[in-house]
Amino acid sequence: MSDLAIKVEDVSKTFRLPYEKNTSVKSAFINVFRTHKKGYQTQKALSSISLEIKKGDFFGIVGRNGSGKSTLLKLLAGIYTPTRGQVHVRGSLTPFIELGVGFNPELTGRENVFLNGALLGFNRKEMQSMYQEVVEFAELERFMDQKLKNYSSGMQVRLAFSIAIRAKSDILLIDEVLAVGDAAFQSKCFEYFRVLKQQGKTVVFVSHDRGAIENFCDRCILIDDGSIVASGAVNTVLKRYNEITLEHIALATSKNTDESKNRWGNQSVEITTAHTYKDGKKLNKYGPYDWIELVMVVKANKKVIAPIYGVTMSRQGESPVFVTNTKIEGVKTADLNINETARVSFKFENIFGNGVYVIAPAVANEDGTAFYDWREDLVKIHISGWGESYIAIHPKHQIKVTNG
Amino acid sequence: MLAELVRTDFKLRYQGSVLGYAWSLLRPLLLFAILYVVFVQFLRLGEGVPHFPVYLLLGIVIWNFFHEMTVQSLTSIVGRGDLIRKIRIPRWIIIVSSSISALINLMLNMLVVIFFMAVSGVELMNTSLLLLPILIEVYIFALGLSLLLSAAYVKYRDVNYIWEVILQAGFYITPILYPLSLITNITLQKLIMLNPMAQTIQAARYSSVTHETITGYQIFDGGWYLYIPYIIVAVTFISGLFYFKTQAKFFAENI
Repeated sequence: MSDLAIKVEDVSKTFRLPYEKNTSVKSAFINVFRTHKKGYQTQKALSSISLEIKKGDFFGIVGRNGSGKSTLLKLLAGIYTPTRGQVHVRGSLTPFIELGVGFNPELTGRENVFLNGALLGFNRKEMQSMYQEVVEFAELERFMDQKLKNYSSGMQVRLAFSIAIRAKSDILLIDEVLAVGDAAFQSKCFEYFRVLKQQGKTVVFVSHDRGAIENFCDRCILIDDGSIVASGAVNTVLKRYNEITLEHIALATSKNTDESKNRWGNQSVEITTAHTYKDGKKLNKYGPYDWIELVMVVKANKKVIAPIYGVTMSRQGESPVFVTNTKIEGVKTADLNINETARVSFKFENIFGNGVYVIAPAVANEDGTAFYDWREDLVKIHISGWGESYIAIHPKHQIKVTNG
Repeated sequence: MLAELVRTDFKLRYQGSVLGYAWSLLRPLLLFAILYVVFVQFLRLGEGVPHFPVYLLLGIVIWNFFHEMTVQSLTSIVGRGDLIRKIRIPRWIIIVSSSISALINLMLNMLVVIFFMAVSGVELMNTSLLLLPILIEVYIFALGLSLLLSAAYVKYRDVNYIWEVILQAGFYITPILYPLSLITNITLQKLIMLNPMAQTIQAARYSSVTHETITGYQIFDGGWYLYIPYIIVAVTFISGLFYFKTQAKFFAENI
C-alpha cells in the first residue's frame, strides 16, 4: 500500500430512484402501509469495482455517458458513500467536479476568491499571499471589487480556474467538465495538466474524450454499464472503448430502419436486394485493405433504356466518403425489359477509417435526371482494425526521405 | 473554511441595504420600542413584575435566537446542495456555520438587552452569571433540533411547513409575551414549564432581571420532574446528532 494513492476494493453503488419522489411526510406515511408496492426502483450504478492507483499516476477513466464514471469519481472524492466495498485514499485530495463551487453572484470577485479558496482547503493567510497571483493569472485586476453577477461567464471561469490551479493536494480528481470552453481555455487546461504531470502529482481524470486521455494518461480503465471492462495501457483500453462505442451506435441505429422514409424513386426499376461480400462470402465487417464487393439485384417493372447503377457510401449520419456509378466510370449498361432482372457488382478496396458506414445503392434513368430507385441505409458495414482511430481514410502511400 | 462560510453568510445578510450591519442592532431596538408601547403602555400585562420591559425583551431575544437558528439551519443543507454535491466538505460544518451566524446575532441582541438593563436600573445580581450556561443550554437544544430538522428536510420537504406551525404554537405556549403568573391553573403551569424553552427563558429572567420570576424549581417544588427539560434537551441533541450522522452519507444523492 506504501506506493498507492488510492485503493478501491470491490465497490458497488446502488441508487434508489423513487418513481415519484417521496418528499412529503404524508406520502412517506402512506407508503409505510403500502409495503407491497415499492415506491422506488433501484439502479445499480457501479458493481464490484476494484482498482489501484499508484502515487504519481496520471490515471484515466473513460466510458460512455451514463456508464458510471462520474459516480466513481464522486465515490473517490468521498461525496458519495459506497453501498458495498471500501475506498482508501492516502494523502490530501481535491476534487474538481466543477469550477467555482460556492461562487456567489452577490459577492465581489475578491470575496469569492477567498470563499472558493477556503472551500479548496486554504486558510486565510495562504489565500492572502496567493491572491495577487490569482488575480494576475485571471487578468481581472480591474474587476475584483465588482460583484460577480456583473462578470461575463468567461471571466467567471477564468477566475475559478486560476484559483483551482493553486490547489496543492497530493491527489487531484478532475472531471471532464474542466476541459470544456473555448480553444484558448482548453489549451490552458492542458498546459496545467502538463505541469501536474511534471510535478508528479497523482491525477485521476475522467473523460470521454479519447484525445485528452491519450495525451496525458499513463494508465486508464474503461467503464461500461457500471463495471470495469478493460484496464491497463492506454492504447489497448482505448481500442476496446472504440469497439464498445461502435457496438452501441450499431445497436441504436439498427432499430430504426423505416424503409419507406429511406427510399426514393418512381420504381420503374426496383432494387430488390443488396449485400456486401468478401471473397464471395456475405459479410459486413471489414479490415484494412480488404476488398469489399457490393452486389445489388434489380428488377424492372417496365422497359427502361440503359439505366445508370451507382452507390454512395457514407459514414453513418455524415456526408459521403465515396461515390461511384456506371456513368462516371463509363460502363455500358444494357436496356432492361419488363420483369427482367440484373445483377450489379461494385468492388473496391477498403481504405476507410474505423467506423460504421452505410452504402446506398441506386438506379437512375439513362441521363441521370430521374431516380428509379434509391435505397438509403440499405447496407451497413463496420470497419475496424486500423491502428490510428481518428484518421478518416488510409490511402496506400509511400514516403521517401533523402538526406543531403 | 468554517470562518469563511460564516463571513459569507454575514456579508450576504444585509446585502444591498443602506444601513448594512447597523440593522443587526437596530432590529432589536425597534422590537423593544414596539413591545414597550403595546404590552407595557396599552395592555399593561406586566403589572407587578419589576422591569417588565426588559423582562419581555430578554424573553423575546432568546426565543428569536431559537427561532432564527432552527429555521436557518433547516434549509441550510439543501440550500448548500451545490457544495455537498461537488466538494468534499464535512456536512456538520454547514449546520455549525449557520448556527454561528445566529449566535453572533444573539450576542448583538444581548448587547441591546444589557443596555436596557442598565437604563431601566436593573440591579446586577450574583446570579447574573448564570445567564451564560442558560444560553448554552438553549444553543444545545437548538443545535440538536437543527441537525434533526435539516437532515429530515433533505428527504421530506414539508418538514419546513410543519416546523413553522410548531414554532408558532411554541411561541404562544411559552411564557414570552405574558408572565407565567397570568396562568392560574397550577397543572397547566407545570405542563408549560416542562418545555425547555419555557424553562430556560424563565431561568434567564430569574437570574438576571428579577427574582420575582417563577422558575421550574419553584413550580415543581424540587421534584424529580424538575429535570425533564434538561432530559429533553439531552435527548434531542443526541438523537439529532445520531440521525444527522446516519443521513449525512446520503445527502449528496438525495438532495
